[in-house]
Amino acid sequence: MDGQMTGAKMVVQALKDQGVDVVFGYPGGAVLPIYDEIHQQNDIHHVLVRHEQGAVHAAEGYARSTGKPGVAIVTSGPGATNAVTGLTDALMDSIPIIVISGQAPTFMIGTDAFQEADTVGITRPCTKHNWLIKDTDRLANTLHEAFHVAMSGRPGPVLVDIPKDVQFATGGYVQRTDMKTHYAPPTLGDAASIEQLVTAIETSERPVLYTGGGVINSGPEASRLLREFVAETNMPITSTLMGLGAYPASGERWLGMLGMHGLYEANMAMHGSDLMICLGARFDDRITGRVDAFSPGSTKAHIDIDPSSINKVIRADIPIVGDIAMVLAEVLRVWRERGSKTADHSAWLDQIAKWKAKNCLRYTDSKTTIKPQYALQRLEALTKDRDRYITTEVGQHQMWAAQFLGFEEPNRWMTSGGLGTMGYGFPASVGVQMAHPDSLVINVAGEASWLMNMQEMGTAVQYRLPVKQFILNNERLGMVRQWQELLHNSRYSQSWSEALPDFVKLAEAFGAKGILCKDPADLDDAIMEMLDYDGPVIFDCLVEKHENCFPMIPSGKPHNEMLIGEVATEQAIEAGGAVLV
Amino acid sequence: MAQLKIEQGSTSHSAYNLRPSFSDVEERHTLAVLVENEPGVLARVIGLFSGRGYNIESLTVAEIDHTGHRSRITIVTTGTPQVIAQIKAQLGRIVPVHEVHDLTEEGRSVERELALFKVRGQGDKRVEALRLADIFRASVVDTTLESFVFEITGTPEKIDAFADLMRPLGLVEVARTGVAALSRGAA
Repeated sequence: MDGQMTGAKMVVQALKDQGVDVVFGYPGGAVLPIYDEIHQQNDIHHVLVRHEQGAVHAAEGYARSTGKPGVAIVTSGPGATNAVTGLTDALMDSIPIIVISGQAPTFMIGTDAFQEADTVGITRPCTKHNWLIKDTDRLANTLHEAFHVAMSGRPGPVLVDIPKDVQFATGGYVQRTDMKTHYAPPTLGDAASIEQLVTAIETSERPVLYTGGGVINSGPEASRLLREFVAETNMPITSTLMGLGAYPASGERWLGMLGMHGLYEANMAMHGSDLMICLGARFDDRITGRVDAFSPGSTKAHIDIDPSSINKVIRADIPIVGDIAMVLAEVLRVWRERGSKTADHSAWLDQIAKWKAKNCLRYTDSKTTIKPQYALQRLEALTKDRDRYITTEVGQHQMWAAQFLGFEEPNRWMTSGGLGTMGYGFPASVGVQMAHPDSLVINVAGEASWLMNMQEMGTAVQYRLPVKQFILNNERLGMVRQWQELLHNSRYSQSWSEALPDFVKLAEAFGAKGILCKDPADLDDAIMEMLDYDGPVIFDCLVEKHENCFPMIPSGKPHNEMLIGEVATEQAIEAGGAVLV
Repeated sequence: MAQLKIEQGSTSHSAYNLRPSFSDVEERHTLAVLVENEPGVLARVIGLFSGRGYNIESLTVAEIDHTGHRSRITIVTTGTPQVIAQIKAQLGRIVPVHEVHDLTEEGRSVERELALFKVRGQGDKRVEALRLADIFRASVVDTTLESFVFEITGTPEKIDAFADLMRPLGLVEVARTGVAALSRGAA
């Protein structure tokens, strides 16, 4: 016999049954009954953010760094609309989060009630699925189903909109194990296609693995099998921004990230390969560059749990719909059973070594100014042996972080990839730190992005979260400025940061520590001071203002036409490429 | 790259939609989508089409199984084979969608549409309208001394043809239901 309880109590009970230990949220009129229940228990820790967008990004940070779903609670109306950016961010990057929103009581829906918004209508295109609950008896099942949908198949954000009268009313609770749903996406790859893939690997002379966030989402087993697979086949491997850490950066066959700001050797290997195996990536335009010139000579295998990712942008010769870990396990089993060997690809590896020797990340260092690349190299050197998690904001600093920081394990790199959300990194670092209280959590930021959600300093200080905000401050919207240099004849329209705060004083105003560093000679000591401080730190690192992020594939160009080093960028983007973002 | 004998990409200068491996011939497909009959499910389907820029030529929806909470949405759409495949894959991942069938691809199917036509006229034109309606097996469901309302059932092409004939005879208003379709045969 299921227990009778109020809708508000069901929310808390369902969260407990789902193993939730932390929720991020902000109270308001339409969620007061839920907050009253939260107040009367100690199993679920509620983190009060300073803005609902922060709650959703924090839930994302929690989810991305643990593989568990993140949970946020927001009120109706503005609470829900403030959650939209985070939901869209999670949808683009396939991050499992559950947002619970309050709603005007059912009998007032449609009357333009105070703080009423059509939340399921607004969030329909930015969630994997959402529900408006009009009956308390259906609430518990829906909450369990929400977790199931968020975590199954291709993960994603879901939202459950609960009117206030449904929270007050009493209904029957449904246990997690009794949850009813028809949603069960396939996870096991097609056997014939897997045989076909193994044959392709046996005969390939220039193979390359292109991995993405799907490997991370599939879980630690997928990363383990991936490493085994690379060791077995000796294949060079590159990854998207989202997939960093699935294969260790110190690994022998690691090529580095590919794509628009990816490494020369990675992009050239993609362009020159005869067999490309895409594992859990989606041929984003940041990866492919010009699609008709993308990896023109290769047979393309695409393994993805979402059938709609396959053949969306690039035609797959060997399409396999399935969970990465399950497919990889099956590929390895067939490979071993057949006693497969790879064809000789030593010439290919030699060629890759020559591309690597170009040293595409080189930059001109300075004795007087901190180069952003140098700052990240020093951050890497001083933190890589620690138990470290990195979040980022969006822009040049994000690309440099992807280039200069190395990730040995999955779930250690949490960045806004698909949506490119400035303001994501700081709240995400709060979520990561909540999940990993004893680890080192650093948000690599630009000053402009960081300001977008700086209110979360209050959260960091209140909960004593020692998040390190490593701001590469160039007093510019660096990536915007770079594109204006490339495309608009250096007319820097609105791309500088005027009237910036004194970040040290700002930190102190919040009760945190601020560190200013502008001399390369002081950088190591300053970073050590940041690491040694037990509490949140804003690190204001004044860097070169007009540094460009290279290498770069200009818009509309193929992989083998990269710009490397400090090259002339004038006319690098042709008219056809200028319309692309 | 010469040493690796790799063909360079095509030389076109536009970066969009250069997908030489996909056919660019537009096809017309009829899709049957079986969905959970719950609030918002039609909005999800329509939102998918508008959000991703797909075409809808016709769309019909009605509950087909009250106890099982199932509705059937019949969508007629056009697109290249790649776009049609995307539409089906995208529909398939909507959570309350149970099944997606491409009736155009899965063998022969029967398509029917119902339409009501109001035709106003007197004298010869009125007689001619009634005669043509008879040929098309349209029935008169309302009449006054100077107007008819015809009900006609058939393929969209048949209804188009009837409309073309009625236009010079005083056609004033048309209501069409959109296509309902089922696969032929026992399966």
